[in-house]
Amino acid sequence: MKRVLRGALIPALVFLLWEAGSRADLLPMDTLSRPSDIAVALAGGFVDGSILLATWQTVQAALSGFAIAAAAGILVGAILGLSPPIERTVGPSIEALRPIPAVALTPLTLLLFGFGLRMEAGVVAFACVWPILLVTVAAVRGIEPRLLEVAQILRLGFAARLRKIILPAALGRIVVGLRVALSISLIVAVTVEILMNPRGLGYGMIIASQSLKPDLMYAQLLWLGFLGWGLNAALTRAFGSWHGAFGPGVRP
Amino acid sequence: MSVPPLLSLAGVSVSFGSPADGHEVLSEISFDVPDGEFLCIVGPSGCGKTTLVRLLAGLLAPSGGQILFQGRPLAGTSRDRAIVFQDYSKALLPWRTVAGNIALSLEACGIAEPERSERIGALLAKMRLEPAAARFPSQLSGGMQQRVQIARSLAQQPKLLLMDEPFGALDAITRQDLQDEIARLVAENRTTVVFITHDLEEAIYLGDRVIVLAAEPGRIAEMIEVGIPRPRDQLETREDRRFLEHRHRLFGLLQGH
Repeated sequence: MKRVLRGALIPALVFLLWEAGSRADLLPMDTLSRPSDIAVALAGGFVDGSILLATWQTVQAALSGFAIAAAAGILVGAILGLSPPIERTVGPSIEALRPIPAVALTPLTLLLFGFGLRMEAGVVAFACVWPILLVTVAAVRGIEPRLLEVAQILRLGFAARLRKIILPAALGRIVVGLRVALSISLIVAVTVEILMNPRGLGYGMIIASQSLKPDLMYAQLLWLGFLGWGLNAALTRAFGSWHGAFGPGVRP
Repeated sequence: MSVPPLLSLAGVSVSFGSPADGHEVLSEISFDVPDGEFLCIVGPSGCGKTTLVRLLAGLLAPSGGQILFQGRPLAGTSRDRAIVFQDYSKALLPWRTVAGNIALSLEACGIAEPERSERIGALLAKMRLEPAAARFPSQLSGGMQQRVQIARSLAQQPKLLLMDEPFGALDAITRQDLQDEIARLVAENRTTVVFITHDLEEAIYLGDRVIVLAAEPGRIAEMIEVGIPRPRDQLETREDRRFLEHRHRLFGLLQGH
């Protein structure tokens, strides 16, 4: 609790100075709204439900894209990590696709899916799949060969080997890729909304900005920051307890 | 009409690299292991001990010669042949408890509850691991971790137990404890063992028979019957006239040069 208070000290100070500065007419009101006005705008957005709806739309797109990327990235990554010949065949194509900026696919997904959830989730999935895929390949390759020999001696089939040896042994490192991908998912979802998809918090911010309501824009921006922090904390918590399965003091 | 040996090697060789300039690791290895024998193989480093145990496990195929297991050519791994590795910390699953690690073998053998739990309980008792059942390998001493690996190997009820320098990384006192323990377990279960070591005294102390390998390329230098009755004793056996004779005779062979 003491740590939380200590961490909140600087933001509280910034808001206080900001409020005081704008009340003393030291800050330009048309770009830097007052924190009190921002709080009112945020509360209003919650009361009329607009922020909640936009949040749901953004999070839904980010998480759908992330989930697709996680499933595809881990499965393909495990196969590539286990089979060097397949990796040598598929690897160059991956290296050719990977540098394409995900956001540049927005026009293509618009053609494919039209406006809405599917185009946004598609772009998010494309952006998120690479870190998960690459980390999974490296993690599976880095598995202690002794463990694979144990699996061989016990004659575990492919599915059992994947479930009982490979994934648990690699998961500690795969989680790193998942965390990177999760933060990317929110960034890309909001970017696609700001670019052209008329839904979610990104679109809400563009509209607020264009209709000269900086307080509402700031309200959504702050809320977005809080959302990203919450997502990351949830993931850390979920896998923090999983790390515990290794016993105290052991990190894979 | 004699009973065929459990394991039989005839002219087995292993080379790495191309046939022309390949490096020969094992050359013309031939020996039989009858059912129930405790065979120790001792040799200096670089004599292909580990390569030999990988051959017997089926993790490696020979370049020449033939290996028969139960009268049939040995091809690939089998749950009838268990292996205890020297590096116990790498061979155990760090995310599973002691009981969970033993369960892995039983899962692989398709043994379902409640029999699985019963057999885990029996093995924990046999290996004196009961107090550690719910702990993780990283929380155990080296000796305890090696006990877990031995328990996991016994769980698959192998016909042949392969041990690759299993006590090489342990301190002297723990090593003696585990030597007596494995001798007792093997006598109880009548398991056939091929035990690899670089410690001549350990080989004579544990084995019914000792094979000494020479290096470059790995080949059989000598084979002796130990002929000291069991149960053996860490003090008395090591002072036994026959023990000392074997030790004197084989010591020179391990000096290399």
